[in-house]
Amino acid sequence: MKTKVKPHKPAKPSNNGKRPAGFDVAKIRKDFPILKEKVHGRPLVYLDNAATTQKPLSVIEALESYYRTYNSNIHRGVHLLSVKATDAYEAARVKAQKFLGAADAREIIFTRGATEGINLVAQTWGRQNVKAGDEILVTNMEHHSNIVPWQMLCEEKGATLKVIPINDAGELIKDEFHRLLTPRTKLVAVAHVSNALGTVNPIDKIIRVAHEMGAKVLVDGAQSVPHLAVDVQALDCDFYVFSGHKIYGPTGIGILYGKYALLDSMPPYQGGGDMISSVTFEKTLYKKPPHKFEAGTPHIAGVIGLGAALDYVTQTGLGDIAAHEQDLLVYGIQKLKEIQGLQLVGTAAHKAGVLSFTLGEIHPHDIGTILDRQGVAIRAGHHCAQPVMERFRIPATARASLGLYNTREEIDALAKAVKKVIEVFR
Amino acid sequence: MSEFSDLYQDLILDHQKNPRNFGELPGANHHADGYNPLCGDKIALDLKLNGEGVIEEVKFKGSGCAISKASASMMTMALKGKKVAEAEKMFSQFHDMVMGKEGAKTTDLGKLKVFAGVRDYPARVKCASLAWHTLEAALHDEKQVISTEDGEG
Repeated sequence: MKTKVKPHKPAKPSNNGKRPAGFDVAKIRKDFPILKEKVHGRPLVYLDNAATTQKPLSVIEALESYYRTYNSNIHRGVHLLSVKATDAYEAARVKAQKFLGAADAREIIFTRGATEGINLVAQTWGRQNVKAGDEILVTNMEHHSNIVPWQMLCEEKGATLKVIPINDAGELIKDEFHRLLTPRTKLVAVAHVSNALGTVNPIDKIIRVAHEMGAKVLVDGAQSVPHLAVDVQALDCDFYVFSGHKIYGPTGIGILYGKYALLDSMPPYQGGGDMISSVTFEKTLYKKPPHKFEAGTPHIAGVIGLGAALDYVTQTGLGDIAAHEQDLLVYGIQKLKEIQGLQLVGTAAHKAGVLSFTLGEIHPHDIGTILDRQGVAIRAGHHCAQPVMERFRIPATARASLGLYNTREEIDALAKAVKKVIEVFR
Repeated sequence: MSEFSDLYQDLILDHQKNPRNFGELPGANHHADGYNPLCGDKIALDLKLNGEGVIEEVKFKGSGCAISKASASMMTMALKGKKVAEAEKMFSQFHDMVMGKEGAKTTDLGKLKVFAGVRDYPARVKCASLAWHTLEAALHDEKQVISTEDGEG
Protein backbone atom coordinates (compact mmCIF):
# COMPACT_ATOMS: atom_id res chain seq x y z
CA MET A 1 0.00 0.00 0.00
CA LYS A 2 2.77 2.41 0.97
CA THR A 3 5.13 1.94 -1.92
CA LYS A 4 6.64 4.95 -3.62
CA VAL A 5 5.57 8.14 -1.93
CA LYS A 6 4.41 10.70 -4.41
CA PRO A 7 5.84 14.06 -3.40
CA HIS A 8 3.22 16.53 -2.35
CA LYS A 9 3.70 19.72 -4.22
CA PRO A 10 1.36 22.64 -4.51
CA ALA A 11 0.10 23.55 -7.92
CA LYS A 12 2.96 25.33 -9.61
CA PRO A 13 2.29 28.80 -10.95
CA SER A 14 3.12 27.53 -14.42
CA ASN A 15 -0.06 28.83 -15.97
CA ASN A 16 1.65 32.10 -16.88
CA GLY A 17 -0.93 34.27 -15.26
CA LYS A 18 -3.86 32.36 -16.69
CA ARG A 19 -6.55 31.63 -14.19
CA PRO A 20 -7.82 28.09 -13.83
CA ALA A 21 -10.56 27.29 -16.29
CA GLY A 22 -13.89 26.33 -14.79
CA PHE A 23 -13.18 28.15 -11.54
CA ASP A 24 -15.69 30.96 -11.29
CA VAL A 25 -14.62 33.20 -8.45
CA ALA A 26 -17.58 35.55 -8.96
CA LYS A 27 -19.92 32.63 -8.42
CA ILE A 28 -17.94 31.46 -5.39
CA ARG A 29 -18.13 34.91 -3.81
CA LYS A 30 -21.91 34.70 -3.91
CA ASP A 31 -21.69 31.68 -1.59
CA PHE A 32 -20.16 33.83 1.17
CA PRO A 33 -22.72 36.31 2.54
CA ILE A 34 -20.14 38.30 4.53
CA LEU A 35 -18.32 39.36 1.38
CA LYS A 36 -21.18 41.78 0.69
CA GLU A 37 -20.44 43.63 3.94
CA LYS A 38 -18.85 47.05 3.99
CA VAL A 39 -16.23 48.17 6.51
CA HIS A 40 -15.68 51.88 7.14
CA GLY A 41 -17.98 52.45 4.18
CA ARG A 42 -15.72 50.50 1.82
CA PRO A 43 -16.23 47.08 0.26
CA LEU A 44 -14.63 44.42 2.45
CA VAL A 45 -11.36 43.09 1.06
CA TYR A 46 -10.78 40.13 3.35
CA LEU A 47 -7.15 39.05 3.30
CA ASP A 48 -6.84 37.55 6.77
CA ASN A 49 -7.66 33.99 5.83
CA ALA A 50 -4.71 32.47 7.64
CA ALA A 51 -6.26 33.78 10.87
CA THR A 52 -9.71 32.53 10.03
CA THR A 53 -11.75 32.07 6.88
CA GLN A 54 -15.27 33.25 6.09
CA LYS A 55 -18.12 30.75 5.96
CA PRO A 56 -20.16 29.73 2.94
CA LEU A 57 -23.93 29.67 3.18
CA SER A 58 -23.91 25.86 3.15
CA VAL A 59 -21.95 25.82 6.43
CA ILE A 60 -24.14 28.48 8.04
CA GLU A 61 -27.24 26.57 6.96
CA ALA A 62 -25.88 23.25 8.24
CA LEU A 63 -25.41 24.78 11.69
CA GLU A 64 -28.82 26.38 11.59
CA SER A 65 -30.55 23.26 10.35
CA TYR A 66 -29.04 21.20 13.20
CA TYR A 67 -30.18 23.65 15.85
CA ARG A 68 -33.58 24.26 14.24
CA THR A 69 -34.61 20.77 13.28
CA TYR A 70 -32.64 17.96 14.97
CA ASN A 71 -30.68 19.39 17.92
CA SER A 72 -30.04 16.46 20.22
CA ASN A 73 -27.23 14.68 22.01
CA ILE A 74 -25.35 11.92 20.22
CA HIS A 75 -24.52 8.28 20.97
CA ARG A 76 -27.10 8.19 23.76
CA GLY A 77 -30.74 8.70 22.99
CA VAL A 78 -33.08 6.18 21.51
CA HIS A 79 -35.27 8.91 20.12
CA LEU A 80 -35.33 9.99 16.50
CA LEU A 81 -33.55 13.33 16.86
CA SER A 82 -30.64 11.74 18.68
CA VAL A 83 -30.34 9.15 15.94
CA LYS A 84 -30.35 11.90 13.31
CA ALA A 85 -27.74 13.94 15.19
CA THR A 86 -25.54 10.86 15.69
CA ASP A 87 -25.80 10.00 12.00
CA ALA A 88 -24.85 13.52 10.94
CA TYR A 89 -21.96 13.58 13.44
CA GLU A 90 -20.55 10.26 12.29
CA ALA A 91 -21.14 11.16 8.63
CA ALA A 92 -18.87 14.18 9.15
CA ARG A 93 -16.19 11.81 10.46
CA VAL A 94 -16.35 9.86 7.23
CA LYS A 95 -16.14 13.13 5.26
CA ALA A 96 -12.98 14.05 7.16
CA GLN A 97 -11.57 10.57 6.59
CA LYS A 98 -12.09 10.87 2.84
CA PHE A 99 -10.82 14.44 2.82
CA LEU A 100 -7.51 13.36 4.36
CA GLY A 101 -7.31 10.05 2.53
CA ALA A 102 -7.29 8.12 5.81
CA ALA A 103 -7.75 4.34 5.69
CA ASP A 104 -10.37 4.20 8.41
CA ALA A 105 -12.91 6.65 9.89
CA ARG A 106 -11.85 5.51 13.37
CA GLU A 107 -8.57 7.33 12.74
CA ILE A 108 -10.39 10.69 12.82
CA ILE A 109 -10.72 12.35 16.25
CA PHE A 110 -12.75 15.52 16.69
CA THR A 111 -10.92 18.17 18.69
CA ARG A 112 -11.41 21.86 19.41
CA GLY A 113 -8.83 22.70 16.77
CA ALA A 114 -5.25 22.08 15.67
CA THR A 115 -3.97 23.28 19.05
CA GLU A 116 -5.98 20.71 20.96
CA GLY A 117 -4.96 18.00 18.50
CA ILE A 118 -1.28 18.69 19.20
CA ASN A 119 -1.85 18.87 22.95
CA LEU A 120 -3.75 15.60 22.84
CA VAL A 121 -0.84 13.82 21.18
CA ALA A 122 1.68 15.44 23.53
CA GLN A 123 -0.30 14.49 26.65
CA THR A 124 -1.11 10.92 25.60
CA TRP A 125 1.34 9.48 23.11
CA GLY A 126 4.03 11.87 24.30
CA ARG A 127 3.71 11.08 28.00
CA GLN A 128 3.67 7.39 27.25
CA ASN A 129 6.62 7.32 24.87
CA VAL A 130 8.96 10.24 25.54
CA LYS A 131 11.51 9.68 28.27
CA ALA A 132 14.45 11.49 29.85
CA GLY A 133 17.22 11.98 27.31
CA ASP A 134 14.88 11.71 24.32
CA GLU A 135 14.60 14.50 21.79
CA ILE A 136 11.72 16.16 19.97
CA LEU A 137 12.41 18.04 16.76
CA VAL A 138 10.44 21.10 15.73
CA THR A 139 11.27 23.78 13.17
CA ASN A 140 12.11 27.45 13.52
CA MET A 141 8.91 28.37 11.68
CA GLU A 142 6.39 26.65 13.94
CA HIS A 143 3.32 28.36 15.33
CA HIS A 144 3.41 28.57 19.14
CA SER A 145 0.84 25.77 19.23
CA ASN A 146 3.43 23.37 17.79
CA ILE A 147 6.17 24.53 20.17
CA VAL A 148 4.67 25.02 23.62
CA PRO A 149 2.99 21.59 24.06
CA TRP A 150 6.34 19.94 23.27
CA GLN A 151 8.21 22.27 25.61
CA MET A 152 5.80 21.33 28.39
CA LEU A 153 6.28 17.64 27.65
CA CYS A 154 10.08 17.96 27.49
CA GLU A 155 10.11 19.80 30.79
CA GLU A 156 8.01 17.14 32.44
CA LYS A 157 10.05 14.25 31.06
CA GLY A 158 13.56 15.67 31.02
CA ALA A 159 13.62 15.43 27.24
CA THR A 160 15.14 18.03 24.90
CA LEU A 161 13.47 20.18 22.27
CA LYS A 162 15.64 20.70 19.19
CA VAL A 163 14.96 23.21 16.44
CA ILE A 164 15.57 22.78 12.72
CA PRO A 165 16.84 26.16 11.48
CA ILE A 166 15.63 27.97 8.37
CA ASN A 167 17.43 29.96 5.69
CA ASP A 168 16.84 33.59 4.68
CA ALA A 169 14.09 32.57 2.28
CA GLY A 170 12.25 30.85 5.12
CA GLU A 171 12.99 27.27 4.04
CA LEU A 172 14.14 24.45 6.29
CA ILE A 173 17.86 23.77 6.05
CA LYS A 174 17.94 20.16 4.93
CA ASP A 175 21.45 19.35 6.11
CA GLU A 176 20.66 20.67 9.57
CA PHE A 177 17.59 18.47 9.73
CA HIS A 178 19.70 15.43 8.88
CA ARG A 179 22.26 16.46 11.47
CA LEU A 180 19.66 16.97 14.21
CA LEU A 181 17.74 13.79 13.49
CA THR A 182 19.28 11.02 15.61
CA PRO A 183 18.19 7.75 17.21
CA ARG A 184 17.28 9.86 20.26
CA THR A 185 14.63 11.72 18.22
CA LYS A 186 11.23 10.39 19.26
CA LEU A 187 9.10 12.79 17.28
CA VAL A 188 9.34 15.36 14.52
CA ALA A 189 6.60 18.01 14.78
CA VAL A 190 6.41 20.16 11.68
CA ALA A 191 4.03 22.56 9.95
CA HIS A 192 2.97 21.53 6.48
CA VAL A 193 2.63 25.22 5.59
CA SER A 194 4.05 28.04 7.72
CA ASN A 195 1.42 30.51 8.93
CA ALA A 196 3.84 33.42 9.10
CA LEU A 197 5.83 32.81 5.91
CA GLY A 198 3.70 30.61 3.69
CA THR A 199 6.54 28.14 3.16
CA VAL A 200 5.37 24.69 2.04
CA ASN A 201 7.61 22.20 3.80
CA PRO A 202 8.69 18.97 2.06
CA ILE A 203 6.89 16.85 4.62
CA ASP A 204 6.91 13.73 2.44
CA LYS A 205 10.70 13.66 2.60
CA ILE A 206 10.76 14.63 6.28
CA ILE A 207 8.40 11.79 7.14
CA ARG A 208 10.40 9.24 5.15
CA VAL A 209 13.73 10.22 6.70
CA ALA A 210 12.27 10.47 10.21
CA HIS A 211 10.74 7.01 9.91
CA GLU A 212 14.08 5.56 8.80
CA MET A 213 15.47 6.90 12.08
CA GLY A 214 12.57 5.42 14.04
CA ALA A 215 10.89 8.74 14.89
CA LYS A 216 7.20 9.46 14.59
CA VAL A 217 5.95 12.54 12.74
CA LEU A 218 3.15 14.95 13.61
CA VAL A 219 2.16 17.39 10.87
CA ASP A 220 0.42 20.67 11.71
CA GLY A 221 -1.89 21.09 8.75
CA ALA A 222 -3.76 24.19 9.94
CA GLN A 223 -2.42 26.28 7.05
CA SER A 224 -2.21 23.55 4.42
CA VAL A 225 -5.61 21.85 4.17
CA PRO A 226 -7.38 24.95 2.78
CA HIS A 227 -4.77 25.28 0.04
CA LEU A 228 -3.53 21.89 -1.09
CA ALA A 229 -4.71 18.30 -1.25
CA VAL A 230 -3.49 16.02 1.54
CA ASP A 231 -3.30 12.24 1.52
CA VAL A 232 -2.18 10.98 4.91
CA GLN A 233 -1.68 7.44 3.62
CA ALA A 234 0.55 8.51 0.75
CA LEU A 235 2.45 10.76 3.15
CA ASP A 236 2.59 7.96 5.74
CA CYS A 237 2.45 10.54 8.55
CA ASP A 238 1.64 9.33 12.05
CA PHE A 239 -0.45 12.32 13.13
CA TYR A 240 -2.01 15.16 11.15
CA VAL A 241 -4.00 18.00 12.72
CA PHE A 242 -6.02 20.91 11.42
CA SER A 243 -8.63 23.47 12.47
CA GLY A 244 -12.11 23.71 10.99
CA HIS A 245 -12.35 27.49 11.02
CA LYS A 246 -9.37 27.92 8.71
CA ILE A 247 -11.07 25.80 6.06
CA TYR A 248 -14.39 27.65 5.90
CA GLY A 249 -15.88 25.73 8.82
CA PRO A 250 -16.94 26.83 12.32
CA THR A 251 -14.56 27.81 15.11
CA GLY A 252 -14.04 25.46 18.02
CA ILE A 253 -13.78 22.31 15.95
CA GLY A 254 -10.82 20.52 14.42
CA ILE A 255 -9.43 17.18 13.39
CA LEU A 256 -6.70 14.94 14.68
CA TYR A 257 -5.78 12.12 12.36
CA GLY A 258 -3.69 9.33 13.83
CA LYS A 259 -2.74 5.87 12.57
CA TYR A 260 -5.15 3.46 14.19
CA ALA A 261 -2.52 1.27 15.84
CA LEU A 262 -0.98 4.34 17.45
CA LEU A 263 -4.32 5.70 18.64
CA ASP A 264 -5.22 2.30 20.02
CA SER A 265 -1.98 2.12 22.00
CA MET A 266 -2.40 5.59 23.51
CA PRO A 267 -3.96 6.31 26.89
CA PRO A 268 -7.12 8.45 26.94
CA TYR A 269 -6.80 12.25 26.89
CA GLN A 270 -9.69 13.35 29.09
CA GLY A 271 -11.94 11.17 31.18
CA GLY A 272 -15.70 11.47 31.15
CA GLY A 273 -18.85 10.37 29.44
CA ASP A 274 -18.91 8.86 25.96
CA MET A 275 -15.30 7.61 26.22
CA ILE A 276 -15.94 4.61 28.44
CA SER A 277 -17.40 1.20 27.88
CA SER A 278 -18.03 0.58 31.57
CA VAL A 279 -17.42 2.40 34.82
CA THR A 280 -17.22 1.04 38.34
CA PHE A 281 -15.37 2.62 41.23
CA GLU A 282 -12.86 -0.22 41.03
CA LYS A 283 -12.09 -0.15 37.32
CA THR A 284 -13.16 1.76 34.25
CA LEU A 285 -12.90 0.30 30.78
CA TYR A 286 -12.33 2.70 27.91
CA LYS A 287 -13.85 2.64 24.49
CA LYS A 288 -11.74 2.11 21.41
CA PRO A 289 -10.64 5.04 19.22
CA PRO A 290 -12.00 7.44 18.21
CA HIS A 291 -14.48 7.58 21.11
CA LYS A 292 -11.73 7.00 23.66
CA PHE A 293 -10.53 10.52 22.84
CA GLU A 294 -13.91 12.26 22.71
CA ALA A 295 -15.00 12.62 26.32
CA GLY A 296 -18.11 14.62 27.09
CA THR A 297 -20.72 16.04 24.75
CA PRO A 298 -18.72 17.32 21.79
CA HIS A 299 -19.28 20.35 19.59
CA ILE A 300 -21.94 18.52 17.56
CA ALA A 301 -23.00 21.57 15.54
CA GLY A 302 -19.35 22.34 14.83
CA VAL A 303 -18.70 18.83 13.58
CA ILE A 304 -21.71 19.01 11.28
CA GLY A 305 -20.64 22.46 10.07
CA LEU A 306 -17.12 21.21 9.44
CA GLY A 307 -18.56 18.35 7.41
CA ALA A 308 -20.40 20.91 5.27
CA ALA A 309 -17.20 22.94 4.87
CA LEU A 310 -15.23 19.90 3.73
CA ASP A 311 -18.01 19.14 1.25
CA TYR A 312 -17.81 22.69 -0.04
CA VAL A 313 -14.04 22.55 -0.55
CA THR A 314 -14.20 19.08 -2.10
CA GLN A 315 -16.98 20.07 -4.49
CA THR A 316 -15.14 23.24 -5.50
CA GLY A 317 -12.04 21.12 -6.03
CA LEU A 318 -8.75 21.57 -4.22
CA GLY A 319 -6.85 21.39 -7.49
CA ASP A 320 -8.72 24.41 -8.86
CA ILE A 321 -8.54 26.21 -5.52
CA ALA A 322 -4.77 25.70 -5.39
CA ALA A 323 -4.33 26.91 -8.97
CA HIS A 324 -6.49 29.99 -8.33
CA GLU A 325 -4.66 30.86 -5.13
CA GLN A 326 -1.24 30.28 -6.69
CA ASP A 327 -2.20 32.68 -9.46
CA LEU A 328 -3.15 35.26 -6.82
CA LEU A 329 0.02 34.59 -4.84
CA VAL A 330 2.27 35.08 -7.84
CA TYR A 331 0.31 38.19 -8.86
CA GLY A 332 0.49 39.50 -5.29
CA ILE A 333 4.22 38.95 -5.00
CA GLN A 334 4.71 40.81 -8.26
CA LYS A 335 2.44 43.70 -7.20
CA LEU A 336 4.00 44.07 -3.76
CA LYS A 337 7.54 43.86 -5.10
CA GLU A 338 6.82 46.92 -7.24
CA ILE A 339 6.29 48.97 -4.08
CA GLN A 340 9.45 50.74 -3.10
CA GLY A 341 10.61 50.01 0.44
CA LEU A 342 8.44 46.93 0.79
CA GLN A 343 10.25 43.82 1.94
CA LEU A 344 8.63 40.41 1.54
CA VAL A 345 9.31 38.10 4.47
CA GLY A 346 9.28 34.47 3.40
CA THR A 347 10.39 33.97 -0.17
CA ALA A 348 10.50 30.18 -0.33
CA ALA A 349 10.35 28.52 -3.73
CA HIS A 350 7.25 26.63 -2.58
CA LYS A 351 4.70 28.85 -0.94
CA ALA A 352 0.98 28.79 -0.31
CA GLY A 353 -1.49 31.47 0.66
CA VAL A 354 0.66 33.98 2.55
CA LEU A 355 2.12 37.39 1.70
CA SER A 356 4.07 38.60 4.74
CA PHE A 357 5.87 41.91 4.48
CA THR A 358 7.45 44.86 6.23
CA LEU A 359 7.67 48.51 5.14
CA GLY A 360 10.98 49.77 6.47
CA GLU A 361 10.47 51.76 9.66
CA ILE A 362 6.69 51.78 9.43
CA HIS A 363 5.33 49.46 12.08
CA PRO A 364 3.00 46.66 10.88
CA HIS A 365 0.28 47.84 13.27
CA ASP A 366 0.23 51.25 11.61
CA ILE A 367 0.04 49.46 8.26
CA GLY A 368 -2.85 47.35 9.56
CA THR A 369 -4.81 50.36 10.81
CA ILE A 370 -4.48 52.35 7.60
CA LEU A 371 -5.34 49.31 5.48
CA ASP A 372 -8.38 48.63 7.64
CA ARG A 373 -9.71 52.13 7.05
CA GLN A 374 -9.54 51.36 3.33
CA GLY A 375 -11.54 48.19 3.78
CA VAL A 376 -8.54 45.86 3.56
CA ALA A 377 -8.40 43.36 6.44
CA ILE A 378 -4.96 41.89 7.09
CA ARG A 379 -3.13 40.68 10.18
CA ALA A 380 -0.32 42.65 11.79
CA GLY A 381 1.83 41.17 14.50
CA HIS A 382 4.02 38.19 15.21
CA HIS A 383 1.38 35.68 14.10
CA CYS A 384 1.93 33.50 17.16
CA ALA A 385 5.30 32.62 15.71
CA GLN A 386 7.74 34.73 17.69
CA PRO A 387 10.76 32.51 16.94
CA VAL A 388 10.25 33.22 13.21
CA MET A 389 10.16 36.97 13.86
CA GLU A 390 13.32 36.64 15.93
CA ARG A 391 14.97 34.69 13.11
CA PHE A 392 14.34 37.57 10.73
CA ARG A 393 15.13 40.16 13.43
CA ILE A 394 11.79 41.91 13.14
CA PRO A 395 9.12 42.48 15.81
CA ALA A 396 6.23 41.80 13.49
CA THR A 397 5.05 41.66 9.90
CA ALA A 398 1.96 42.72 8.02
CA ARG A 399 0.41 39.58 6.56
CA ALA A 400 -2.09 39.30 3.74
CA SER A 401 -3.36 35.74 3.41
CA LEU A 402 -5.48 34.26 0.66
CA GLY A 403 -8.69 32.32 0.44
CA LEU A 404 -10.52 30.76 -2.47
CA TYR A 405 -12.82 33.78 -2.84
CA ASN A 406 -10.09 36.39 -3.26
CA THR A 407 -9.53 38.11 -6.58
CA ARG A 408 -6.81 39.94 -8.45
CA GLU A 409 -8.84 43.11 -7.97
CA GLU A 410 -8.48 42.62 -4.21
CA ILE A 411 -4.73 42.26 -4.59
CA ASP A 412 -4.79 45.55 -6.49
CA ALA A 413 -6.76 47.10 -3.61
CA LEU A 414 -4.13 45.80 -1.19
CA ALA A 415 -1.28 47.29 -3.20
CA LYS A 416 -3.10 50.61 -3.52
CA ALA A 417 -3.79 50.69 0.22
CA VAL A 418 -0.14 49.91 1.02
CA LYS A 419 0.92 52.84 -1.17
CA LYS A 420 -1.42 55.01 0.87
CA VAL A 421 0.41 53.95 4.04
CA ILE A 422 3.67 55.16 2.55
CA GLU A 423 1.99 58.43 1.62
CA VAL A 424 0.76 59.01 5.20
CA PHE A 425 4.23 58.37 6.62
CA ARG A 426 6.16 60.26 3.99
CA MET B 1 -4.52 61.62 3.28
CA SER B 2 -7.09 63.58 5.24
CA GLU B 3 -9.03 60.42 6.05
CA PHE B 4 -6.24 59.31 8.40
CA SER B 5 -5.32 62.68 9.85
CA ASP B 6 -7.61 62.17 12.85
CA LEU B 7 -5.17 59.52 14.06
CA TYR B 8 -1.94 60.18 12.24
CA GLN B 9 -1.73 63.91 12.88
CA ASP B 10 1.37 65.80 11.83
CA LEU B 11 2.41 66.29 15.44
CA ILE B 12 2.21 62.55 16.07
CA LEU B 13 4.14 61.74 12.91
CA ASP B 14 6.77 64.28 13.86
CA HIS B 15 7.28 62.72 17.30
CA GLN B 16 7.50 59.20 15.90
CA LYS B 17 10.14 60.30 13.43
CA ASN B 18 12.06 62.44 15.93
CA PRO B 19 11.26 61.18 19.42
CA ARG B 20 12.15 63.66 22.18
CA ASN B 21 13.87 62.72 25.43
CA PHE B 22 15.01 59.50 23.84
CA GLY B 23 17.66 57.53 25.65
CA GLU B 24 18.69 56.45 29.12
CA LEU B 25 18.73 58.76 32.11
CA PRO B 26 21.83 58.49 34.31
CA GLY B 27 20.90 59.07 37.92
CA ALA B 28 17.26 58.08 37.44
CA ASN B 29 15.52 57.05 40.66
CA HIS B 30 12.43 55.46 39.13
CA HIS B 31 12.22 53.01 36.27
CA ALA B 32 9.69 50.72 34.61
CA ASP B 33 9.43 48.62 31.47
CA GLY B 34 6.42 48.30 29.23
CA TYR B 35 5.99 45.63 26.60
CA ASN B 36 3.10 44.66 24.39
CA PRO B 37 4.25 41.33 23.00
CA LEU B 38 1.51 41.13 20.40
CA CYS B 39 2.53 44.36 18.67
CA GLY B 40 6.12 44.28 19.79
CA ASP B 41 5.83 47.76 21.31
CA LYS B 42 8.56 48.22 23.92
CA ILE B 43 9.35 51.07 26.26
CA ALA B 44 11.90 51.54 29.03
CA LEU B 45 11.10 54.62 31.09
CA ASP B 46 13.49 56.46 33.42
CA LEU B 47 12.39 59.18 35.84
CA LYS B 48 14.25 61.49 38.17
CA LEU B 49 12.13 62.84 41.01
CA ASN B 50 13.47 65.45 43.41
CA GLY B 51 12.77 65.63 47.14
CA GLU B 52 9.56 67.60 46.59
CA GLY B 53 8.12 64.95 44.34
CA VAL B 54 8.66 66.94 41.16
CA ILE B 55 9.62 65.10 37.96
CA GLU B 56 12.88 66.79 37.06
CA GLU B 57 13.96 64.58 34.20
CA VAL B 58 12.34 61.84 32.17
CA LYS B 59 13.65 59.76 29.31
CA PHE B 60 12.47 56.75 27.38
CA LYS B 61 13.89 54.14 25.09
CA GLY B 62 12.05 51.68 22.97
CA SER B 63 10.62 50.67 19.68
CA GLY B 64 7.17 50.20 18.31
CA CYS B 65 4.40 51.64 16.21
CA ALA B 66 3.96 55.33 15.47
CA ILE B 67 1.24 55.76 18.07
CA SER B 68 3.17 54.16 20.93
CA LYS B 69 6.38 56.01 20.12
CA ALA B 70 4.76 59.41 19.67
CA SER B 71 2.72 58.91 22.82
CA ALA B 72 5.86 58.14 24.86
CA SER B 73 7.75 61.06 23.35
CA MET B 74 4.98 63.58 23.98
CA MET B 75 4.38 62.20 27.45
CA THR B 76 7.99 62.82 28.45
CA MET B 77 7.70 66.44 27.29
CA ALA B 78 4.48 66.96 29.21
CA LEU B 79 5.82 65.46 32.43
CA LYS B 80 8.87 67.60 32.97
CA GLY B 81 8.47 69.86 35.97
CA LYS B 82 5.18 68.26 37.01
CA LYS B 83 4.44 66.98 40.50
CA VAL B 84 3.58 63.32 40.89
CA ALA B 85 -0.04 64.21 41.71
CA GLU B 86 -0.26 66.30 38.53
CA ALA B 87 1.23 63.47 36.49
CA GLU B 88 -1.32 61.05 37.94
CA LYS B 89 -4.12 63.44 37.02
CA MET B 90 -2.82 63.70 33.46
CA PHE B 91 -2.64 59.92 33.26
CA SER B 92 -6.24 59.65 34.34
CA GLN B 93 -7.43 62.32 31.87
CA PHE B 94 -5.40 60.77 29.04
CA HIS B 95 -6.82 57.38 29.84
CA ASP B 96 -10.42 58.64 29.85
CA MET B 97 -9.85 60.53 26.60
CA VAL B 98 -8.45 57.61 24.58
CA MET B 99 -11.04 55.24 26.03
CA GLY B 100 -13.71 57.63 24.76
CA LYS B 101 -15.23 58.00 28.21
CA GLU B 102 -18.37 60.11 28.29
CA GLY B 103 -17.64 63.62 29.56
CA ALA B 104 -13.89 63.03 29.79
CA LYS B 105 -12.00 66.09 30.98
CA THR B 106 -8.91 67.13 29.04
CA THR B 107 -8.13 70.31 30.91
CA ASP B 108 -4.59 69.30 31.88
CA LEU B 109 -3.59 67.58 28.68
CA GLY B 110 -2.50 70.47 26.45
CA LYS B 111 -0.86 69.12 23.29
CA LEU B 112 -1.63 65.57 24.36
CA LYS B 113 -5.18 66.20 23.14
CA VAL B 114 -3.81 65.32 19.72
CA PHE B 115 -4.37 61.67 20.77
CA ALA B 116 -8.13 62.15 21.09
CA GLY B 117 -8.58 60.51 17.68
CA VAL B 118 -7.35 57.20 19.11
CA ARG B 119 -10.79 56.62 20.65
CA ASP B 120 -12.12 55.90 17.16
CA TYR B 121 -9.49 53.18 16.71
CA PRO B 122 -10.24 50.75 19.55
CA ALA B 123 -7.49 48.37 18.43
CA ARG B 124 -4.91 51.12 18.97
CA VAL B 125 -5.86 52.38 22.43
CA LYS B 126 -3.35 49.99 23.97
CA CYS B 127 -0.59 51.52 21.83
CA ALA B 128 -1.34 55.06 22.98
CA SER B 129 -1.66 54.11 26.63
CA LEU B 130 1.40 51.86 27.02
CA ALA B 131 3.74 54.74 27.92
CA TRP B 132 1.29 56.07 30.51
CA HIS B 133 0.78 52.72 32.19
CA THR B 134 4.55 52.33 32.27
CA LEU B 135 4.76 55.74 33.94
CA GLU B 136 2.24 54.60 36.54
CA ALA B 137 4.41 51.56 37.21
CA ALA B 138 7.57 53.67 37.46
CA LEU B 139 5.96 56.04 39.95
CA HIS B 140 4.93 53.08 42.09
CA ASP B 141 8.22 51.25 41.61
CA GLU B 142 6.57 48.18 40.17
CA LYS B 143 9.11 45.65 39.01
CA GLN B 144 6.80 43.71 36.72
CA VAL B 145 6.87 44.49 33.00
CA ILE B 146 3.70 46.38 32.08
CA SER B 147 1.45 45.39 29.21
CA THR B 148 -1.73 46.98 27.89
CA GLU B 149 -2.79 44.01 25.83
CA ASP B 150 -4.17 40.68 26.86
CA GLY B 151 -1.64 38.76 24.85
CA GLU B 152 -2.87 36.33 22.28
CA GLY B 153 -0.34 33.96 20.72
